[in-house]
Amino acid sequence: MVVTDPASITGAADSGPSAPGTAHEKTPRPPVKRRRSSAARREAITGYLFIAPWIIGFLVFTAGAMIFSLVISFSDYNVATNASRPAGVENYARLFDDPKVAVSLGNTLFYAVMAVPLEIVFALLLAVLLARLGRGAGFFRTLYYLPKMTPAVATASVFLLLLNGNTGAINRGLAAIGIEGPQWLIDPAWVKPSIVLMTLWGVSGTMVIFLAALKNVPVELYEVAALDGAGPIRRFFAITVPMISGAIFFNVIVLTIAALQVFDQAYLLFWRDQTNASPESSLFYGVYLFQQAFRQFDFGFASAMAWLLFVIIMLITLVQVRFSRRFVFYGGER
Amino acid sequence: MGVGVSGKSVGARVGRGTLWVVLIGFGLLFLYPFVWLLSASLKPREQVFDNLLIPRTIRWENYAEVWEQLPLLSWMVNSVLIAILAAGLVAVSSSLVAFGFAQFRFPGRGLLFGIVLATMMLPGAVTMVPQYLIWKNLGVLGTWIPLFGANLFGSAFYIFLQRQFFLSLPRDLFEAARLDGASAWGLFWRIAMPLSIPSFVIVFLFEFQASWNNLQQGLIYLNAGSVEGFTVPLGISYAMSTFSPTGGGHGDYQFVMVAALIVTLPMLLLFSIGQRSFIDGVATQGLKG
Repeated sequence: MVVTDPASITGAADSGPSAPGTAHEKTPRPPVKRRRSSAARREAITGYLFIAPWIIGFLVFTAGAMIFSLVISFSDYNVATNASRPAGVENYARLFDDPKVAVSLGNTLFYAVMAVPLEIVFALLLAVLLARLGRGAGFFRTLYYLPKMTPAVATASVFLLLLNGNTGAINRGLAAIGIEGPQWLIDPAWVKPSIVLMTLWGVSGTMVIFLAALKNVPVELYEVAALDGAGPIRRFFAITVPMISGAIFFNVIVLTIAALQVFDQAYLLFWRDQTNASPESSLFYGVYLFQQAFRQFDFGFASAMAWLLFVIIMLITLVQVRFSRRFVFYGGER
Repeated sequence: MGVGVSGKSVGARVGRGTLWVVLIGFGLLFLYPFVWLLSASLKPREQVFDNLLIPRTIRWENYAEVWEQLPLLSWMVNSVLIAILAAGLVAVSSSLVAFGFAQFRFPGRGLLFGIVLATMMLPGAVTMVPQYLIWKNLGVLGTWIPLFGANLFGSAFYIFLQRQFFLSLPRDLFEAARLDGASAWGLFWRIAMPLSIPSFVIVFLFEFQASWNNLQQGLIYLNAGSVEGFTVPLGISYAMSTFSPTGGGHGDYQFVMVAALIVTLPMLLLFSIGQRSFIDGVATQGLKG
């Protein structure tokens, strides 16, 4: 059920000296181990006791919840009476019949394809500039991090006004340099760029991860390359990018998963009021799923939608992992 | 890091000057919405959209009146209490679990830790509905328990973070204490925990922020209750609706701006206290990759 692949992605699944699963022991067990086994058993019990909270939580709120969700997705669940009747694949069939599923999925994928590369490029640009600066970088890092500390509701309420097509500061600014800005929040074509803009404002989390990775690139590499006559752009693509490819890969995966689950900004800007006549191009998958679950209380259908999202996220991540094997470079010790 | 900058040639100085200009430019872009927000919060209604960064008329009354317009204090108290509970519980439970993984050998340890990491990939949407039903069947809907209850059982990223920290502690420390007759609990509570305060703080601050920002949970569990019972994100979302013309208001956005600013301040305060913790915490995320 739970795909353990991410463990190998993150490279942190190695759990020290006694990693179990190494079943192929070359030598037979020495008899000494038998005598120590009661101490080992005591240690094991202590270990299980310490991780017991997680085991309980996992069984109830993750594994249990997933099984529960799967059952609900095959039933017609009535919240009022707490009763459910089997519905076969009805809910899954509706995924194909309900045009809003395809629309919201399309919107979400479109947004992800636009947002993730822009976030990566922008964050990397900022990180490289800060790394070059050296002294004083800490000040800018703090400054750039402020948007990340701003609650989504505050960001949304400011951008709601900044992005106003007629009176908003962004269009006024564009008008000042002779560009007629779009109706960001009304024109269906500009709805997703609006949300991308808000996302980019909070790109500093990604930037900090890149900055940490850049610090681990040995300076000698740049010195040698410079002696060989490589210019700054050449050095960036020949040294920096390969040396931090692990961090790039990590950020791409994390940002993609986040983009596919966008909720807050889309909900706050477009779907707050239930009477809202927002353009359909602002209907994100996460928002539609939420509406089905907690506005229509159609738990069966919402659960089917959730499983579709899960499968899509898994597939996309799997493709990214496959693709990354070709170019991600892990330094010696990994 | 003097990457590519060697000596004090004129070219290098010009390059450094340009760098400063570019970085300050980006800084202004990042700061602009904050300044706009501050300025709009001080304006009378009809001037909110004039986009002047220095208000023509400063209306301090906005800051007094917002408390009558919205139960902002009540929202903040609710959110602070929930965030403290959520952050405290998850920090302690995650530390316990992390210590179990870091310190003791038991069959299945690698596999179980792999599962811990794998759960990070699970979209919240999959467990959103069944978790609601679990709380409903436990009869705790309408209480705060669903907002932090699951935090009693640790959380994957925090377990990972704390385990990394515990693994970095010298083994001799624990061996010595064990020889002195310390129990497993003693090793955890008297040695590991006091030493892990820096990463404990990271976990606490991260979860505090996450809880403070959690709109969806509020929408699911508190939306049906009284407005006074809202959390901050739910409350601001409510304010955005009630003051906007589409929601039947008169466009008193200055109050929304005041409220947005006030609920951002605790986060900025948190950041000013634990800046290093936040940035180190985020940077650690990348080290997994």
